[in-house]
Amino acid sequence: MNYLLLIYTNEAELMGLGETALQKVSGEYVDFTKSIVQAGNFKAGDRLKPVSSASTVRVRNGKTAITDGPFAETREQLGGYYLIEAKNLDEATAIAARVPGARFGSIEVRPVWPMT
Amino acid sequence: MSEGAAAQVVEEIFRREAGRVLASLIRLLGDFDLAEEAQQEAFAAALEQWPLHGTPENPCAWLISTGRNKAIDRIRRDILFRTKIAGEIGAAESDFDLALDAADEEIFGDDRLRLIFTCCHPALNQEAQIALTLREVCGLSTQAVARAFLTSEETMAQRLVRAKKKIRDAGIPYETPDPSVLEHRIEGVLAVVYGVFTEGYAATVGARLIDVELCEEAIRLGRLLNALLSDHAGVMGLLALMLLHDARRASRISNTGDVVLLENQDRSQWDRQQISEGLALVDRSLSVRGQVSSYAVQAAIAALHVRAEDGRATDWPQIVGLYEVLLRLQPTPVVELNHAVAVSMVDGPARALDLIDSLAARGRVTQYHLLHAARGRLLQTLGRINEAREAYSAALSTAMLEPERRFLAARIAAIQGICEAPVSG
Repeated sequence: MNYLLLIYTNEAELMGLGETALQKVSGEYVDFTKSIVQAGNFKAGDRLKPVSSASTVRVRNGKTAITDGPFAETREQLGGYYLIEAKNLDEATAIAARVPGARFGSIEVRPVWPMT
Repeated sequence: MSEGAAAQVVEEIFRREAGRVLASLIRLLGDFDLAEEAQQEAFAAALEQWPLHGTPENPCAWLISTGRNKAIDRIRRDILFRTKIAGEIGAAESDFDLALDAADEEIFGDDRLRLIFTCCHPALNQEAQIALTLREVCGLSTQAVARAFLTSEETMAQRLVRAKKKIRDAGIPYETPDPSVLEHRIEGVLAVVYGVFTEGYAATVGARLIDVELCEEAIRLGRLLNALLSDHAGVMGLLALMLLHDARRASRISNTGDVVLLENQDRSQWDRQQISEGLALVDRSLSVRGQVSSYAVQAAIAALHVRAEDGRATDWPQIVGLYEVLLRLQPTPVVELNHAVAVSMVDGPARALDLIDSLAARGRVTQYHLLHAARGRLLQTLGRINEAREAYSAALSTAMLEPERRFLAARIAAIQGICEAPVSG
């Protein structure tokens, strides 16, 4: 089964960590990604630019409205994702627990619902 | 064999084996609903065929294999209906055969354990875990599960459907967890079993004080876990705790359904056999090296209560010590309150009142009726009657269980009597 791991962290807190700490986290992500590529679980994954760069699009009555920022203000923001293949939820959550962001943010684990 | 006698055999086997048959079918078919239908069809087939051909040598294996075949027929019909390729059937069939060839006692046991772990998976909310366990592992009807949750059958049916859908959609496995998380997952299972027991033993709302069916199901689950996970400190501790509490069941309520406090309980009504089984399990649990289970500590406290000949002979200093151990393992307001009550038996009510007031001042438990009830009792002992009455009234306003409300109302009435009686000498 494919699962999407949505990485939620508090952007402001993360940015406030300082250069050295951020570099350390970044290194941990590189190592983690390598490990799931090697294990064959990795399908895709990236980090996202900060929420301040986000735009939201809605189409109502045929009219497109574009607004600044995310749909809702929350304490933690979506900061990145992995698309993984795992044999079941237990394997998926075990991988999610190894995402560096799980230690200071949270990882939402969502099964992918294929279109066919 | 006459038809009636055969029906009786099937019924007997149903009572004993339904859980095992269902657990194995869920593993083989990978789907709760399909497995439930297959289980029903297998027992219906047994009612038809056993009177004609005799009871098979291994009824459990017969039922599983018949259920599996019925399910394959069903899948085949569905697949033909959807005009899909026949190859899928072949693949599914060979998987089933492979799995069933190995079907022996051990596998049946493992299947039940797998099912328990699936039903108690932390990705389900705890209410759903308890409901699913009662329905799928204990085999309670949806109606009986609904009654345990004081909800309608329809609501419970929807809740169970949602839980099974989550299992399917999220890919919750039918597996015994990985050794790295096994301990943590066993804790979750024990919490579910204890949840079933406490809801039965000390219901929080309603008219009945004890729901015997839930207590018995919880103990049965405890025994099953103890058979499947031998020598586990937590499992033995929890089973001991339930047995020791449940042994006092008959004496906890009066003929009129009222609360009887421990010190006033008729000890001759206690189930001695269950107590000795519980005591042996406490000892075994506490002797497992490197694992101290909070359930075992609670069971050890319960053991000191049941070992004493009467309330006064109880070893309160040791109980206080055990509560201090428990507070380190489980620093909750409820444990703190019980610790304070035990302290009152050793150091007197004033010291205990300080502890309870400090607990209340931290503000986490103002809605907890037992805190107010305990305060009332200590204040009454100290002769602070007006404050005692206020505390009992606060308890009454937060208690939701009828017998407890009657008990508190009686306390208040008794104090009223003291206040209104003419003061003499």
